[in-house]
Amino acid sequence: MTRQMLMENVYFTYIPSEKFKTSLLSAQLAVPLRRETAAQNALLVNVLSRGTARCPDMAALNRELDMLYGAHLAPAVRKRGENQLAGFTATCIDDRFLPQGEQLLEQLTSLLGDMFCDPAVEGGRLVEAYVDSERANLADLIRSDINDKRAYANRRLVESMCAGEPFGVGRMGSLEDVERISREELDSHYRALLAQGRMELFYCGSAPEDRVKEALSATFARLPRQGKLEPGPTLRRPAPESVRVVEEEMDVTQGKLCVGYRTMSGDDYATMMMETMFGGFSSSKLFLNVREKLSLCYYASSVYQRQKGLIAVSSGVAFENYTRALEEIGAQLEALRRGEWEDWELQGARSSLLSGLRAIKDSAWALEDFVMGKAVAGSRETISELMEGISAVTGERIQEAAKAVKPDTIYFLKGKEVQA
Amino acid sequence: MTVMEYPRLGEKVFRRRLGNGLEVAVVSKPHYAKSYAMFAVRYGGMDLRFQLDGAWRDTPAGIAHYLEHKMFDTEEGNALQELARNGAVDNAFTSNAVTAYYVQCTEKFYENLRILLRFVSIPYFTQESVEKEQGIIAQEIRMVEDDPDWQVYRNLMACLYADSPIRIPVAGSVESIRQITPQTLYDCHKAFYTPANMVLVCVGDLDPERVAAEAEDILPRQSGPDVPRDYGQEEGQAPAEREAHLAMEVSMPMFLAGYKCRPQAGGEPLLRQSIIGDMACDVLFGESSPLYTRLYQEGVINSSLGGNFDMLPGAAYLYVGGETKEPRRVFEEITAQAKKLGEEGISEAFYQQVRRASYGGMIRSLNSFENIAVSMVDGRFRGYDSYRFPEVFETVTKADVEAFLREEVTAGHAAISLVEPLG
Repeated sequence: MTRQMLMENVYFTYIPSEKFKTSLLSAQLAVPLRRETAAQNALLVNVLSRGTARCPDMAALNRELDMLYGAHLAPAVRKRGENQLAGFTATCIDDRFLPQGEQLLEQLTSLLGDMFCDPAVEGGRLVEAYVDSERANLADLIRSDINDKRAYANRRLVESMCAGEPFGVGRMGSLEDVERISREELDSHYRALLAQGRMELFYCGSAPEDRVKEALSATFARLPRQGKLEPGPTLRRPAPESVRVVEEEMDVTQGKLCVGYRTMSGDDYATMMMETMFGGFSSSKLFLNVREKLSLCYYASSVYQRQKGLIAVSSGVAFENYTRALEEIGAQLEALRRGEWEDWELQGARSSLLSGLRAIKDSAWALEDFVMGKAVAGSRETISELMEGISAVTGERIQEAAKAVKPDTIYFLKGKEVQA
Repeated sequence: MTVMEYPRLGEKVFRRRLGNGLEVAVVSKPHYAKSYAMFAVRYGGMDLRFQLDGAWRDTPAGIAHYLEHKMFDTEEGNALQELARNGAVDNAFTSNAVTAYYVQCTEKFYENLRILLRFVSIPYFTQESVEKEQGIIAQEIRMVEDDPDWQVYRNLMACLYADSPIRIPVAGSVESIRQITPQTLYDCHKAFYTPANMVLVCVGDLDPERVAAEAEDILPRQSGPDVPRDYGQEEGQAPAEREAHLAMEVSMPMFLAGYKCRPQAGGEPLLRQSIIGDMACDVLFGESSPLYTRLYQEGVINSSLGGNFDMLPGAAYLYVGGETKEPRRVFEEITAQAKKLGEEGISEAFYQQVRRASYGGMIRSLNSFENIAVSMVDGRFRGYDSYRFPEVFETVTKADVEAFLREEVTAGHAAISLVEPLG
């Protein structure tokens, strides 16, 4: 793997691999996550995805992609800590598997560059019809969040817990912000972002580095570079003195209980181990006790937002089990603080984390996501360093990490006719 | 083991039929850190009525799925925990026709494989553990009942089919699973979890001989008899009902339309038919189709519109759905477009374009170990070699796709399931 500066504030990461059937190209603008711009960035890449000057509409663009043996080129919007990544990922069949020895990389790279630098325009501005239609689609997409109650509850937890912090902003911004964006505003945002934003380029596949670099340099040479907007730090905050409780009602048959915790511990590796033992793998304390032993939930698990120092527990419970499930989640954290676990729990969590890290190299998508995450965090930590760090964590450090974790917010999605 | 090379795919597969009838396939993946094993049974949500020891038996809806949950229990405790200790990721799924258990890991593969083979082949149920599972599965059923995608599919199946067990949700209902006892579970395990009715697929940088040796060591020496199953009366292509409605907490109306197609018995004709059905989906409503691009540009659909062609024992259907404010209009336009393409033909240029994309899509799917394993399992159970798709693909013509659209995707074979926002 190599990483180099290609142009001012444009970085390129190259990973050679012959393991995959496809090669993966990615170009992401990496900028701080802010309420004022999150929705604009999300809308922008969706609008840009509608067409380029050369392939000005969906039919032309999809024809082009189909002819590249079903290449995929899709807008992507991600939140990583308190930064946002907005751009495109593109994949095509690796040259080795093309029936007539064609070469697709140069064509796909050029299309990727066009997406940013040469979009479809009318009167020199982004196409109004595309802005209108993608604004409506993005709004519908944000609204459709309620269709998946689990994801909805998880999002509402983070929104409530981090209201007023950049981390409380959704990856696509809010519905209100999306609906407010005018074409003029988006057009000038586009020009400013294109000129200032950090650009992270990525390739994983069988083509030699020089060939990829040449193709990318050729297409991104026209990227304007004025001013410098770079990803910023993600700030951790301590949990409040008393735990906040947020409840919502909906017409559902199963309740969703989420608990958000914060940590200020600097011992990241120990916190990762502790969180995995708590709810982060298939034999975690939450799974084995809250689900298997007590049959309280269909699912009970946790995730760790490392940069933000935030642990979010997510569970699906019958309404009447709310109190018991909540107590049991707290009891499992307490057990970790007291060092109450069997040796296999610790070893299992460690193996699970290490296995996940080893498997990153088996997926171009996982590699891309890892590289982008590190790029916005300004971290040079490698997979091997992470693995060494995890391997060295002791039981005492896990206990200390568990003590540093403090509850912040409880979110409960309950049914309409039930008194909880 | 026999080795087959597939140079067009850059793949190599080792296969052997063991003495007990189990087929073992090892897909070679040099330089990968992870290894994957899938152990699958030709037994799913549809297999409710079957013949055992000479008598027809009816079993409660949801039993295959229930059995899947309970197989993880072992006399020593729980296989999930054993695997988790080794850092393995494991899970299982039950579909209409298949139950599959799988393990993915980056170390101790053969140890994990032995655990997998053992817990799937050795049943261990107690009254207490079976009762306790009811709470968990009842929660799972409630959770999917809140899922509009699940509801819209389930209602479509109930519209399309009058008699086929595909009408019944794989997980059953809170009521049906109450009838399940340890004895019914033991009976179903005995009937279906027999080597000749199963397949083991491993993917990774592995020693194929060792995989076969582990399976021979752990599994029974012999298979039980093949169990006849009853999938109900053969049905015509007209749906049982034309339309189903449900109001739920959703943000926008959602629909799923289905076209009842003629089922295929199996073998390479089935693989060929599934390629034709997939291509029909692409030309009809794929992202580059004229209909999709027009409806998208008019703001009638969003990128959620999509569908597929499914082939099951005794049933086959093409489905398409998504979120839209005008579900009926989209349904009518799709049906009308199928008629038009079927009768007037697909333009040669567009067909060639879709053909290329479709080929690329099939190659692309080989990036995923899970996709590889699932396609190998389907191929084994339905009697074809899934890696022969480039050869079979070449035999498919534009006329085949047109005939499929003309004969299968018609208003007379169609039903629509709708989920609409409350209020």
